[in-house]
Amino acid sequence: MNRIDQSGLDIGKIREDFPLLDTAGLAYLDNSATSQKPLCVLEAEKDYYSRYNANPMRGLYSISVMATDAYEEGRALTAKLIGASCSEEIIFTRNASESLNLAAYSLGSFLKQGDEIIISVCEHHSNMLPWRAAAARAGAVVRYLEPDASGELKVEDLEALLSERTRIVTLTHMSNVFGYLNDIRALAGAAHRFGAWFVADGSQSIPHIPVNVRELGVDLMAFSAHKMLGPMGVGVLWGRAELLEKMPPFLTGGEMITKVTLDDCTWAPIPHKFEAGTVNAGGVIAFAEAIRYAERIGRDKMALREQYLTDLAADGMRKIPGVTLIGSEKAQDHHGVLTFHIRDVHPHDAAAIFDADHIAVRAGHHCAQPLHKYLGVPSTIRASLMFYNTEEEIGLFLETLSTIRERMGCPKIEE
Amino acid sequence: MNTFYNEILIDHNARPGHHHAVPGANMVLEGVNPSCGDDIVLQLKVEDGVILDGGFAGDGCAISRASADMMLDLVIGKTVEEAKRLSSLFMKMIREEISGEELEELQEAGALQDISHMPSRVKCAVLGWHTMDEMLEKN
Repeated sequence: MNRIDQSGLDIGKIREDFPLLDTAGLAYLDNSATSQKPLCVLEAEKDYYSRYNANPMRGLYSISVMATDAYEEGRALTAKLIGASCSEEIIFTRNASESLNLAAYSLGSFLKQGDEIIISVCEHHSNMLPWRAAAARAGAVVRYLEPDASGELKVEDLEALLSERTRIVTLTHMSNVFGYLNDIRALAGAAHRFGAWFVADGSQSIPHIPVNVRELGVDLMAFSAHKMLGPMGVGVLWGRAELLEKMPPFLTGGEMITKVTLDDCTWAPIPHKFEAGTVNAGGVIAFAEAIRYAERIGRDKMALREQYLTDLAADGMRKIPGVTLIGSEKAQDHHGVLTFHIRDVHPHDAAAIFDADHIAVRAGHHCAQPLHKYLGVPSTIRASLMFYNTEEEIGLFLETLSTIRERMGCPKIEE
Repeated sequence: MNTFYNEILIDHNARPGHHHAVPGANMVLEGVNPSCGDDIVLQLKVEDGVILDGGFAGDGCAISRASADMMLDLVIGKTVEEAKRLSSLFMKMIREEISGEELEELQEAGALQDISHMPSRVKCAVLGWHTMDEMLEKN
């Protein structure tokens, strides 16, 4: 139990950087859905559109060169953030869903009839449906890996599914329901022993913990900017350069070719082969500022702070009768993701009461319907934390949580 | 602390009067609202154009349950035509087009008036009513 905030961060001062935290008048506890953005990120985008908006990669004049340089600097910073071997390994998309669609379409084109893809039951729909479509196109088979009660995907369970038919294994690094951080290095190692490619969904992990793709030993990894202080509209697909070079493009069109004739074309080198059309330069430039901001604060300190807040919230939740936390009993396994249900109360009713008390939480199936079916609950409530949340906000959340059953007319639970 | 979960709504959710099977029911229809996962099965016993009895089974959020329960309070004993008219009044209330007099006719179901400000929950409130309309149209 982490009773003391060891991050040393001045949260009061940090919150001044986030306009919404100041003006919206609510406790924002839906950070797994999207994080709030500091002013410097908003200003970086405004600065781009105010001073050097031009279509990158095309221009032969100064502001287009500036736009290209700033966009490519965003790529270099993203590469450094996750320990990529080179900037060319970073592909910018619209969001993590598009990154995973790209991966599934392109890598999936290598599948043959009878090949197998392994997906976990815990996946967000965006790391499930594109692969199912790829399997359907090839006549491949999808096999499902089940988590344990903590939400952990176990290497031995994956090994039981792996065979020489397995071509692709695609798993979440951290589930958006359990918050459990999977041992991707070991899982990827097992997949590679069977000659399969390993794809990781880092949408929930990369915003909250330091990640190095080479240390993890994965082949492709997807995440998005908007969950980590950046703007909406920017997703990332990282891939090992030699694999990306082999993969066919997903979208075709402008700026992704070297030469086009009426009967033939040659794709541009990576990463441009995968970035058809005008890119979201303003968004990538703002994302670069979000990376710089997080590094100024310290990503390790942010993780420590989130650990402390998670402990505080989980500890309080355990004391409220009728509240059940989904996943691991250990707070440190949750990484700020607290999914729960309240006995006799529908999650949407609970969320409406939280809303009336100015607390933003998520209710529903969190884009993981098969997981909810597996857990035997139609839907759940989720509070998800970010380093900028406060002890006071956790207190308000717990206070409302403790009144919901009574406010919904449920009988008192005898302890 | 102000919510649209007023006492009437809470009471109909916690202690619904019609959450039971209907002996001799001759109309049954399932209504589903995917946004909340609401799934109710409405049963009616209709003879000579009069709704003699009704009940609902299944599960859902408080708004869908309470709304279905209040609806049954209102339509049991009424003619099919009258039930359809009340349903159109309920939809009028949700669209914020209802007059004061019409609102009175909805009795306790008028407690759901504020749902019209919560677009994400309107589907929950109208689920029971839509299901009844569909049943009555079919038969």
